[in-house]
Amino acid sequence: MTADRIADVWGTRTPMGPGAPWPQRVDQHLVDGLTDQDVDRWVQSACVLCSNGCGLDIAVRDDRMVGVRGRADDRVSHGRLGPKGLFGWQGQSRDRLLRPMVRRHGKLEETTWEDAMGVVVSRSRELLESRGPLSHAFYTSGQLMIEEYYTLAVIGKAGLGTPHMDGNTRLCTATAAAALKETFGTDGQPGSYTDLDHADAVFHYGHNVAETQTVLWARMLDRLEGSDPPRHVCVDPRRTAVAQRSDVHLAVRPGTNLALMNGLLREVIHRGWVDEEYVAAHTRGFDELVATVEPYTPSHVADICRVSARDLEAAAEIFGTSERIVSTVLQGFYQSHQATAASCQVNNLHLLRGMLGRPGAGILQMNGQPTAQNNRETGVDGDLSGFRNWENESHVRELAELWDVDPMKIPHWAPPTHAMQIMRYVEQGSIGLLWVAGTNPAVSLPDLERVRRILSSDSVLVVVNESFPNETTELADVVLPAALWGEKTGTFTNVDRTVHLSEQAVRPPGEARSDLDIWVDYARRMDLRDRSGRPIPRWETPEDAFDGWRDCSRGRPCDYSGMSYELLRGSPGIQWPCTEDAPTGTERIYTDHVFNTQDDYCETYGHDLLTGASTTPEQHRAARFDGRARLKAAEWTPAPDAPDEDYPLRLGTGRTVYHFHTRTKTGRAPELDAAAPEAWVEISPEDAEPLGVAEGDIVRVESRRGAIEVPARIAGVRPGAVFVPFHYGDVDKGDRPSRAANELTMSVWDPVSKQPAFKGGAVRVTRVRAGDGPAPAPPTTPSPEGA
Amino acid sequence: MHLTTYLGLADTGEQTLADSFRQVSSGHGDEPDVRELTERFADQCDEHRRLLAPLTERYGEHAEEEPERLHAEGLPGTRSGGVGLLRDLHDLYLLASYLDIAWTMVGQAARAVRDQELVDVVSTCEQDVQGQLAWLRTRMKAAAPQALVVG
Repeated sequence: MTADRIADVWGTRTPMGPGAPWPQRVDQHLVDGLTDQDVDRWVQSACVLCSNGCGLDIAVRDDRMVGVRGRADDRVSHGRLGPKGLFGWQGQSRDRLLRPMVRRHGKLEETTWEDAMGVVVSRSRELLESRGPLSHAFYTSGQLMIEEYYTLAVIGKAGLGTPHMDGNTRLCTATAAAALKETFGTDGQPGSYTDLDHADAVFHYGHNVAETQTVLWARMLDRLEGSDPPRHVCVDPRRTAVAQRSDVHLAVRPGTNLALMNGLLREVIHRGWVDEEYVAAHTRGFDELVATVEPYTPSHVADICRVSARDLEAAAEIFGTSERIVSTVLQGFYQSHQATAASCQVNNLHLLRGMLGRPGAGILQMNGQPTAQNNRETGVDGDLSGFRNWENESHVRELAELWDVDPMKIPHWAPPTHAMQIMRYVEQGSIGLLWVAGTNPAVSLPDLERVRRILSSDSVLVVVNESFPNETTELADVVLPAALWGEKTGTFTNVDRTVHLSEQAVRPPGEARSDLDIWVDYARRMDLRDRSGRPIPRWETPEDAFDGWRDCSRGRPCDYSGMSYELLRGSPGIQWPCTEDAPTGTERIYTDHVFNTQDDYCETYGHDLLTGASTTPEQHRAARFDGRARLKAAEWTPAPDAPDEDYPLRLGTGRTVYHFHTRTKTGRAPELDAAAPEAWVEISPEDAEPLGVAEGDIVRVESRRGAIEVPARIAGVRPGAVFVPFHYGDVDKGDRPSRAANELTMSVWDPVSKQPAFKGGAVRVTRVRAGDGPAPAPPTTPSPEGA
Repeated sequence: MHLTTYLGLADTGEQTLADSFRQVSSGHGDEPDVRELTERFADQCDEHRRLLAPLTERYGEHAEEEPERLHAEGLPGTRSGGVGLLRDLHDLYLLASYLDIAWTMVGQAARAVRDQELVDVVSTCEQDVQGQLAWLRTRMKAAAPQALVVG
């Protein structure tokens, strides 16, 4: 039976008490009134429309995908699917790119693979000869598969030798990685989703889980409806569904997260809730932390953040007195200035109370995208593969031996080039080949006018692996049609380290190929070889690529060495590390409270949280972390682009429940498109009234960089802040004004994670005209006025 | 006592460095991280001068004629392009190093005259200038390969 996840986003409650197993509830959707009897076969996979990665089976009839069904035994979802999981895949059957295209005389023309790859390879060879590998850059995604990422990592690092490699994970999850690395020494999620089944308190830091990971929120709702529910605390400028169910809602002024966190830490310290024995045994830096947070008294924090001191104290008390706490962190923190510093303070709170490594005590530094974790692990975000440290010569040697290349070939002389810097080098003309895969930067990067100018530049060949015509393919020089989920086999890992196998269910349409096939083809045409003359990469199939990755991950925190396609097939998902000693995976890491900060094991020696300056290896050795967590702190500084008389409001952008990213799939799925067809802006009644803006009025939102025109939703966002969903692009714009949120955002980023600060820029709102009724914001989730 | 001379040197050095940071901040506005951080560092330099002011007053104006070539020159302007950025950061690094060692010497003298207030001010300023140097070093290391190899 079809589940209605449009009107009933989180589905029927299946309440549970603490420590009880989460009941199963299987959600299913088949198209065209088909029933189970009409399905030829069910093919195992997992959803790729958020970072949850709910296990599902794809229904196939006549070599066509006709439905999905949650897998009842899946450890992530217990059978559930959200609106995007249930309906989003249908978008794959419309408007697909079927043949390669090359721009000639200013126009994209369909051509053969031979011709298109010939254009790419000839430019690539010419650039390598004239300017070397630093003329090449790759900008990928959080939506490809392990096999594809790892293959590209090997081609880029061992085959070509370029440090210019990043993913759009820079926009969503770079701060999660950075915060984990700074505190614990390496990336790697400490917690597990099962911690939510045990928790007696849940803290949401800038994480609107009700919309971004609906099935995870269903799990939390089931605890809220069961016996002995946990207390919830929410930090968010909007009165989200999460805020409405929370015991304390701290509606902070945008740009003040770090001040709030410092205030919470100070309260926990002053009121004697620190587990001193734990701190002494398992951390370093407590005295500096105490000194840094000391000025952040409740009244001072109340002034900065515009929250009540009493609410701050109440939140601190919940943290200080609960026994099993889960914290989740997402874009409200990650896409603001001082992102890494604020996110590290969440880790610090847990460390001060020893709130880690046991059931119910966990940190989820969340991801946004389904395979963002793998982008980080394999090193396609520029890091060295397997969470290795580019400043550690022995880590570089390990990779050089594995790949059989000279260590000098592997770029490790400086930190990898982050996405915004790659764009800058393209802008300056020193990068002549930019290869984009599985992402739509002409909608998703900040300051779109600048991005369009850069992508249109004559000095760079822009190659794009894409499945749909979009704002970025419009500007590309070569467009390669890519196979999507269900049309190829591969693995990916969700936010709590659960690995799923996703099998090919149908053939790709037209001449589309998987990104793996495209990159192997490129490598073969370039004749990339290792020291022994073997081709780079040594594999061509997904399973062989996975086995290559298994070897690379061995002995590192993200250890897949005990995993195989055979083990994953039919499994409920396996959490890494999975080794000979832990063949069924590992539910929680750091259960021994020894962290990955040893000099010879850590992924980074760390950074100054205020400036991003690197800690040197010598300084790191001198600090003798030796497995103890690093308590790192920083003072709060005001956000850039301060509001003034001309631009008095602060902008927030974000994901909403019915769409994913730039709507390439979800905008083509009928149910989801109908549920949220158009962009809008949320504004508080206090700000709307003096502007003469009423519900549904068309307003112009303007920053120092650009403007959009969208209908206004009068909503429960805090005064002084406005919110625009980031999904809507302008590929079909014609003469109408833009509706893309990133026309407004600015090119600034966190000094440590280099994640752009999409949130917090100054804007003004003016009324343009009356609308045709209420704003098109869905009634189910956006923060209702005064709720 | 030459300590007063060196207090003057530190004060002028902070002023020069602040001006140079601001020059780089506006001259390299297309590099957002450089723009933001150099602006903040310039504010730090202003703050150091504010902390130093009561002490300079207490020790009196420069009592003796200043030795030759006491002051480092600030940046006359900014350069453009990848190499230009690198050269400007390099100049900032030299100015900040000059100040760093100046503070070290003032700190030594402050201990010799047992002036705890001055010791505390010096320690704040030294810590900040070392933070500035660490950032400059990190940023230049990242920028050098592209600027020097590809251009």
